[in-house]
Amino acid sequence: MLTKRIVPCLDIKNGRTVKGVNFVDLRDAGDPVVMAKQYAELGADELVFLDIAATLENRKTMHEMVLKVAAQVNIPFTVGGGISSIEDVDALLHCGADKVSINSSAVKRPALINELSEKFGSQCVVVAIDAKQIEGDWYVHLAGGTIPTEIKLFDWAKEVEERGAGEILFTSMNHDGTKAGFANEALGKLSGVVNIPIIASGGAGTIQHFADAFIKGKADAALAASVFHFGEIPVLELKKELKKQGIPVRL
Amino acid sequence: MDLKIVNYGAGNIKSIQFAFQRLGYDAVLSHNPDDIIKADKVIFPGVGEASSAMKMLKESGLDALIPELKQPVLGICLGMQLMCNHTEEGDTKGLEIFNTNVKRFSNNVKVPQMGWNTVANLKSDLFKNISEGDYMYLVHSFYAENCEQSIATSNYDIEYASALENENFFGVQFHPEKSSTVGAQLIQNFLDI
Repeated sequence: MLTKRIVPCLDIKNGRTVKGVNFVDLRDAGDPVVMAKQYAELGADELVFLDIAATLENRKTMHEMVLKVAAQVNIPFTVGGGISSIEDVDALLHCGADKVSINSSAVKRPALINELSEKFGSQCVVVAIDAKQIEGDWYVHLAGGTIPTEIKLFDWAKEVEERGAGEILFTSMNHDGTKAGFANEALGKLSGVVNIPIIASGGAGTIQHFADAFIKGKADAALAASVFHFGEIPVLELKKELKKQGIPVRL
Repeated sequence: MDLKIVNYGAGNIKSIQFAFQRLGYDAVLSHNPDDIIKADKVIFPGVGEASSAMKMLKESGLDALIPELKQPVLGICLGMQLMCNHTEEGDTKGLEIFNTNVKRFSNNVKVPQMGWNTVANLKSDLFKNISEGDYMYLVHSFYAENCEQSIATSNYDIEYASALENENFFGVQFHPEKSSTVGAQLIQNFLDI
């Protein structure tokens, strides 16, 4: 049986892991390669690396980091941040990344999703969507959630699937950093709207929040950062508890 | 050991190289038929779309070479699918090494299947020291139908062949290079065959 995935996310700046609380106020949480290796050994199913600086000079540092991770880590990982062309993706896949995640660049030029899925296959194209619920409706936001758009979440999700996305990483801006649980209602609706896997992101605070994201939110994977990085929820303990609740996980 | 990875422009080959490297082996990329024929073992990778991958294989003449190889050959993911008779993806004729066909998962399930699934009905030395119910990492929208040459099955939508064997040819739908210690064991088993 296909299992639900637990995905630690490592925000990267200048080759180091950081975690934003509501996307600001960064705290240092360690060396990404060491952390990635540890997570793989502790039972994480997949990893996401987000280059939050994503400047040109940072790109080389990021490629070096991806190469090191690919050499040492034996589970799949996704790289995101500042990716806007076929060349960007080609370089990252050549360094050993399994998937790439695109966000603002896909909203600005949706054809990028088609181009990437045709060239590299849908399986390596993750479209990340940051959205915020405003007066009942969910709107897509850009640039780490700072710039609002008039695009509605569910319309955009449907479009990215049609254009060839292999997976959606959905972050609720209302929940991110709150540690009060994932946006389960929106997640559940997303799974009804599209037929590709959904990674839930934003709001993890307790083990029960993960269970709720899988059961109520029907998510295929759940992503979190600080609860893992600072040892508040050990990955193995989380997975054991999920299994007790009848949720299929890899142990 | 002379290990060659068939390089025809399809897929994330770096991860496969790194996986062999972690076991202390150097797997070299090659599209040169003379070098591939001489290798002790051959890895046939593949990620992407079937008809364009087959087109690239044909352009380099490797479509004729691969079925003739006598040493152990391991097809991974799309590599395995291309070794079957036919795939629905792009209505593509395969290399006819494995006597089965490749079909698309129905929309009763999310497509692609992405993540860790169990392997069962393990039959071959390729699964030595790997247990029924161990997990492998898979990413795919198309699956090989279960058949007599299945050496492992998985369940998603239906029960399908997640590994195949025919004489010196092996194929795995999952990514052993990304399947943690269990995947590393499978690669070691292939090296030991």
